[in-house]
Amino acid sequence: MPLLLIEDLHVEVEGKPILKGVNLKIEKGEIHALMGPNGSGKSTLSYTLLGHPKYTVTRGRILYNGEDITASKTHERARRGMFLSFQYPTAIPGVSVANFLRTSLKSVKGDESVVKTFRKQLREKMALLEMDEKFATRYVNDGFSGGEKKRLETLQMAMLEPQLAVLDETDSGLDIDALRIVSGGINRLASPERGILLITHYQRILDYVKAQFIHVLIDGQIAHSGGSELAKDLEKKGYDWLQKHPEPAGAA
Amino acid sequence: MSDTSGSIANLKDDYASKYGFFDRENYVFKAKKGLDKEVVIDISRRKGEPEWMLDFRLKAYEIFLSKPRPSWGNQALLNGINFDEIYYYMKPSAGAARSWEDVPADIKKTFDKLGIPEAERKFLAGVTAQYDSEAVYHQINKELEKQGVIFLDMDAALKQYPDIIKQYIGTVIPPTDNKFAALNSAVWSGGSFIYVPKGAKVTMPLQAYFRINAEKAGQFERTLIIADEGSSVHYIEGCTAPTWSADALHSAVVELIAKPGAHIRYTTIQNWANNVYNLVTKRAVAEQDAFVEWVDGNLGSKLTMKYPAVYLVGKGARAEVLSVAFAGKGQHQDTGAKFVFAAPHTSGTITSKSISKDGGRSSYRGLVKVHPQAHDVKVNVRCDALLLDDISRSDTYPTMEIDGQRVNVGHEASVSKIGEEQLFYLQSRGLTEAEATTMVVNGFFEAFTKELPLEYAVELNRLIQLEMEGSVG
Repeated sequence: MPLLLIEDLHVEVEGKPILKGVNLKIEKGEIHALMGPNGSGKSTLSYTLLGHPKYTVTRGRILYNGEDITASKTHERARRGMFLSFQYPTAIPGVSVANFLRTSLKSVKGDESVVKTFRKQLREKMALLEMDEKFATRYVNDGFSGGEKKRLETLQMAMLEPQLAVLDETDSGLDIDALRIVSGGINRLASPERGILLITHYQRILDYVKAQFIHVLIDGQIAHSGGSELAKDLEKKGYDWLQKHPEPAGAA
Repeated sequence: MSDTSGSIANLKDDYASKYGFFDRENYVFKAKKGLDKEVVIDISRRKGEPEWMLDFRLKAYEIFLSKPRPSWGNQALLNGINFDEIYYYMKPSAGAARSWEDVPADIKKTFDKLGIPEAERKFLAGVTAQYDSEAVYHQINKELEKQGVIFLDMDAALKQYPDIIKQYIGTVIPPTDNKFAALNSAVWSGGSFIYVPKGAKVTMPLQAYFRINAEKAGQFERTLIIADEGSSVHYIEGCTAPTWSADALHSAVVELIAKPGAHIRYTTIQNWANNVYNLVTKRAVAEQDAFVEWVDGNLGSKLTMKYPAVYLVGKGARAEVLSVAFAGKGQHQDTGAKFVFAAPHTSGTITSKSISKDGGRSSYRGLVKVHPQAHDVKVNVRCDALLLDDISRSDTYPTMEIDGQRVNVGHEASVSKIGEEQLFYLQSRGLTEAEATTMVVNGFFEAFTKELPLEYAVELNRLIQLEMEGSVG
């Protein structure tokens, strides 16, 4: 049973159709990259996967571990093991990173016991991401630089250990060092039990995170799917050469 | 945010079970309903007060009669006060006990439920517990007494230190100040008196807890705090009441005097039931290099009108007001601050944070006045309002009158609606909509809660959580 199966997904935002029949299959253990020009609907797909209220599914469905979650609430999806690393994470002034992570961990794992080892775990994961300990006392994304925000997203992912991680342009705005560190976080998460959907504008991150499958989203549909070599072609030729021809994607 | 109608009932239920309970009336004495000269005389006679105090009361009573109600603020609610329907004096017990064991059983049970004796054991240096008109319990840490710190309920202070009271009472807030200050001056009963001698540092907080029990009760405590040169003190007050259908009136007068180099911090966590009018006058005088802080949290009441003030009369004096308000259904929190700079090299900061939900209304009303003789003054005002839905309201009424030279004024105000993006972000991390809202609200109030002793911060966060539970669907 696939970890994620998206079938003929149509999504509107404020009455405007954005996704026009997306099909995608992610099996456990796979890393998929979704590329595409600006405005093609990449972020819409990521928000829809987590159930943002502004994004209305008008047709199709999303199956997660075989269950239809198209109408599930956002927090339920998170508790089932779905995670979205935001392109533009929001600030929550007055709430410390540590408090936020602890609350989140308790919600997702549904178990107080994880909180006992929280401090230790947090310290370890922060060290791996080369983050200063003081970071934990700062307010969530409040006054963070772009790079700090992305690191915090990666830290959350490392703490929550989701089964399906959707990473929305996690690489944008990162310098090479930060990109290496964040990619390390993604690679550590990857396992035969997990799936990753990496949404990116640039081929660059794919030098660090090895995606087996590349998809190109154009005008709300997956126009092309291929193996890792496709990224290089896109880098060279851009997107224009791709004809729009929707097809059930996944194993290429 | 979706339908909130189901939550209001829950909210009331919770207040009712936690704070809204009441004792059967069992007063040593209860004055007749309504106010006239006889009631004023009777209060004074029963307390065995000196003539000058009776005189003070009677003059204040005349002023009360002659003054109109405020012509500003929420007129509909203000005009809803019926002074004839209030009981102005209810004496619960023979006197303030020094041991909880000596407090009448019903009343002791009330304060047990409110957690006061426990808090006293854990982290307070002294406690006054006032029940309707008078203190039923009073205690101060022996060490403080040895240092010469005086902490008494106001009635006892008038008996033991009549000269000090006579010298200072009404000097910061004269009865002519406003109608409610006049009313308090006429019928005051209870409240705290604190004197901190030169150089004494009171490191643990002193607390007063004010409880209204009776229906249609009026509570008029009078507090006077004098911090002598170089001393410091932190005073905390809390308040709750049963939810009666008829309105109650709480109208306090609080006068603070910070002598040169003294530091007074005055913290309030006001959580009156939603039928209580809370019309309070609070003012401090800060002498040279003194520092006065008002930390003012308003969660309860029907209408609160309260603008803690600092008159900076000595060179180098500093003032800070941190005010937070939470206005729910049927509530109007009209709060703010008032700084009067009357000396050079003085400074002050006002931070106001309010949240409105379920049709509640919060207003920031502030005055910053800089007199001509005050030069090199620095003042910063920051007001943030958060609206949790489309039916609630927030307004700001800032006034600045600057006549001094080299005055540096900063003013920032913001009104925001709780962000869909914030909620989605938190929900994507497994929090329900209600949990997400609570987290955003707690964060919004963090500037306030971090200033509270830990126990109060935890309690306040819990109160906010209760306010939020079920309020989102």
